[in-house]
Amino acid sequence: MARNITYREALNEALTQEMERDESVIVMGEDNAGGEGAPGEHDAWGGVLGVTKGLYHKFPGRVLDTPISESAFIGAAIGAATAGMRPVAELMFVDFMGVCFDQIYNQAAKFRYMFGGKAVTPVVIRTMYGAGLRAAAQHSQCLYPLFTHIPGLKVVLPATPYDAKGMMIQAIRDNDPVIFFEHKALYDTAGPVPEESYTVPFGEANVVREGGDVTIVTLGRMVHTSLDAAAQLAASGVECEVVDLRTTSPLDEDTVLESVEGTGRVVVVDEAHPRCSIATDISALIAQKAFGALQAPIEMVNAPHTPVPFSSALEDCYIPDAQRVVNAVKTVTGWTR
Amino acid sequence: MTDDRIVAVTMPKWGLSMQLGKITDWAVAEGDEVGVGDDLADIETDKIAGTLEAADAGTVRRIIAQVGEDVPVSGTIALIAPAGVSEADLDAAAEQARAVIDAGVPDEAAGEPVVETAEVGGRQIRYVGAGQDGDVVLFVHGYGGDRNSWLFLQAPLAAKYRVYALDLPGHGTSSKDVGDGSVGLLADAVIGVLDAIGAERAHLAGHSLGAAVALSAAARDPARIRSLTLIAPAGFGREINAGYLRGFADAQTRRELKPVVGQLFADESLVTRQVVDDLLAYKRLDGVDEALHTLLGTLLSPDGETQGIDAAAAVAAIGGAVPITVVWGTEDRIIPSGQAAAVPGAAVQLLDGAGHMAHMERPAEVQAAIEEAIATAPPE
Repeated sequence: MARNITYREALNEALTQEMERDESVIVMGEDNAGGEGAPGEHDAWGGVLGVTKGLYHKFPGRVLDTPISESAFIGAAIGAATAGMRPVAELMFVDFMGVCFDQIYNQAAKFRYMFGGKAVTPVVIRTMYGAGLRAAAQHSQCLYPLFTHIPGLKVVLPATPYDAKGMMIQAIRDNDPVIFFEHKALYDTAGPVPEESYTVPFGEANVVREGGDVTIVTLGRMVHTSLDAAAQLAASGVECEVVDLRTTSPLDEDTVLESVEGTGRVVVVDEAHPRCSIATDISALIAQKAFGALQAPIEMVNAPHTPVPFSSALEDCYIPDAQRVVNAVKTVTGWTR
Repeated sequence: MTDDRIVAVTMPKWGLSMQLGKITDWAVAEGDEVGVGDDLADIETDKIAGTLEAADAGTVRRIIAQVGEDVPVSGTIALIAPAGVSEADLDAAAEQARAVIDAGVPDEAAGEPVVETAEVGGRQIRYVGAGQDGDVVLFVHGYGGDRNSWLFLQAPLAAKYRVYALDLPGHGTSSKDVGDGSVGLLADAVIGVLDAIGAERAHLAGHSLGAAVALSAAARDPARIRSLTLIAPAGFGREINAGYLRGFADAQTRRELKPVVGQLFADESLVTRQVVDDLLAYKRLDGVDEALHTLLGTLLSPDGETQGIDAAAAVAAIGGAVPITVVWGTEDRIIPSGQAAAVPGAAVQLLDGAGHMAHMERPAEVQAAIEEAIATAPPE
């Protein structure tokens, strides 16, 4: 039965249910248990923002608290996956992937291909992304375009508690490496989530609001920003269709193109830097496959091409907000040749 | 201020959790004459879109709720009155109605209805009840449906009866294991819910597979069941749309599911995005895929093309002890309505132009049929 729980609770419930269902599911990462043997272990956070809280005692021996060594434990998780386990490793902030990227893009992403389909790597790498927590340039980035670039990885960004649970269960059951992006600003958002286990398949975008005037293609936290903008625009008579990509790899091209064919006007809203981003990727897709439907140039809303500022005033300006989306929609509706 | 010749048209309650409705189109304007059953307005909730029909005849004198406006359930959206009613009285009534709409949903109305659980054969069977007094009516949904299939009927009937709707095994929020998938196993759940609510006697209303289940439950103990209303029942002929059944069980995506679900309705515009999304979310629960495929083996005979359910034995066991009403849409694309003639001794009501989901497409007429079945049932 569905009840309202938070994004954080939805992830915890998915991990709990899958660990109960399948003994090969293990959890590993920094502070996942709050520090094994450390005083205060019982009230430990369960990960830096509390997603794995309670799992350490519920599943003895299956929640591994690792040293601060991403290159070691991400590599270990990938190795364990090739040997039959289903590890869920927490790469705390995606900003830290620099030190373990070989394990991810040269090893995990390549095994199925290089071993002719005989090897599978069912690892999930959970990671936090996004600005808004005053965590500055090295703890706030949106690096999902980098992973999307690499064949062999699945890249998923749930925007709601319902999707967070269903996509986590899908990720754990999936036989390929999944990079699972959790936006820090979404953890406390709540929504209806069934108590039962369920899956949300990858490669299926979700039309979260229907409208006939402009298509807004977006993902992650920006889904909510776009919905706020769409609500404001509806009051002035502009109806936006908001498409939540949910996964960037695989990508649901059909849902995007079908929506654009209905509206002819597009705004892509992406929290990543503008160059080589999801916004540019989606814009190229539409320009190539739905050019005939376009009635105006595509608008992109991104963060600027700069590091995330430490100054809170600047950080607030940096994150795309509903006003910027509204302005972009007005640009595409007001465009004349 | 009130002149009792003024009839308020109110926002209907479609489903126990509905609190607000939005008018998407008025089919009438001020000054129009309407008759009973005429379309008044298209209304959308967060779950479904439907058409409100006039329950009274007269002249539409005031339209209160505008297109696009959220109106609390039971809020007055229009006033119907004869010519003799003064403009001043209508203005006063309209002003009052406007205040109710502007006030929004009262706080105490918040919250979902309480979902109860009966343990039947090791399975958790969920059901919801509404209504304080009167006979017990239990709704039994069809293949792939759930208790919310009755959203247009449960709340209105609850004004007169104690109205329950359950989720069969494998459906809704009940346990997903369906065992051998037999009609008898599903009927156990119906009996279990009647036991759990302490109903010594009850009226059953079932749809499609749920109608066969209701019949099977009645056959166990005909004295317990006061009337049966069967909507497009399975089990009274060979023909069935096997392609629909397999398509529903196999569909994995919105693109696959939407055209399949469209076959349930004569008017496919009733299949909103929300309807498909809710069905997809259900189909993606653990155990549902297996349950639906197991039940396919019940619905279809081994040839995979014709009906696997034969209700003759249940009808024989009931032996005329329970009055049976059959309601069937003439445009049913799942089970043809011609099979209504094969239900022995039934009062048959064909709904011209309705599809397989007659209780969603033509709720007022199905409601009237159920009320008639209850009213004419032999006294206890």
